Amino acid sequence: MTDDPQPRPVPTLGDLFLTYGKIGLIGFGGINAWARRVLVEEKRWLSDQDYAETLGLGQVLPGPNALNAAIMIGDRFHGTAGAIAAPVAMFGGPLILLAGLAMLYDAYGDLPTMRAVLIGVGAAAAGMVLGTAAKMTEKLKPPPPLLAIGLIALVAAGILRVPLPVTVLGLAPFGIWAAWWAMRKP
Amino acid sequence: MTWVIFWQLALGFGAISLVSIGGGIAVLPEMHRLVVEVHGWMDSGDFARRFALAQAAPGPNVLVVGLFGWHVGGVGGMLTAVLAMTLPTSFMAFGFSRLRTRLAGRMWLKTIERGLVPIAVGLIGASGLILARGTADWWLPVAITVASAVFVWRTDYSPLWVLGAGAVVGLLAL
Repeated sequence: MTDDPQPRPVPTLGDLFLTYGKIGLIGFGGINAWARRVLVEEKRWLSDQDYAETLGLGQVLPGPNALNAAIMIGDRFHGTAGAIAAPVAMFGGPLILLAGLAMLYDAYGDLPTMRAVLIGVGAAAAGMVLGTAAKMTEKLKPPPPLLAIGLIALVAAGILRVPLPVTVLGLAPFGIWAAWWAMRKP
Repeated sequence: MTWVIFWQLALGFGAISLVSIGGGIAVLPEMHRLVVEVHGWMDSGDFARRFALAQAAPGPNVLVVGLFGWHVGGVGGMLTAVLAMTLPTSFMAFGFSRLRTRLAGRMWLKTIERGLVPIAVGLIGASGLILARGTADWWLPVAITVASAVFVWRTDYSPLWVLGAGAVVGLLAL
């Protein structure tokens, strides 16, 4: 649970491809929580702060944020080749799986057993995503103004259902201001 | 003239992707407009069911556009929709990534990056809440969600354990 001081390993291109392939295939409930789990906790290629900064940039850019983050992380380790390998691996596996599901779904989607398993997995995946947010907050130790911005984002997007572009672009100036304020202090 | 449909898929999802700030799911209402209202490719119930299927499957949430494309034009439709939704913004993200590398270490960039961190974490939490609401019809799924959140937060074991447990509990009790 502690930040360890050892140097972070640098992945080979093959590692990057296989790891993103794995993230795609286990990414129940969305990629971001799983990408953090694998890249920060299991592989230790990135710190929590690195990952959260990259994902934050991925969210203000247009496009799927997990994809934007994968491109930036791939580029960081292996330039253009990495920026291609990571997203292709992340999308490739799930896409093949989804094509299979699309065919099976019309035939078996209404089976009660299938629905029960999907509800159980869905509820667990939701908890996994929530637990990840709690864990990231604990490790990042944000100063109070940044914590407040995070809580506002949570309530706005998760409870009030404010449209995401409004949430992201509306809160970004305040987040940047809060970061500037926090960095001024020794 | 099936190529017209591929063209409509490419243009429609390509345009939507350019305004999808905050993530692919941010533009779900626009996708509904394109798929259900403008082209009438499916009704609202079909749309919701396909979204639920994509949510239940692993992988990027945005792959739901692949299911819409599949419905309209099979494998070709799936690939067209996914590429239209991902390729244009990928070039922008790559360009930005290069710019970021060149500007690395600048204080103002560092400030912007740190300022966006709480939004990124808050939105992960928000997506968890939204996912939880989708299954929280009675106490058992809520209990699974809470137990899973605590497990992932407080331990370093793989979250795959809670997914497996969720599947088993669902199978036995739901």
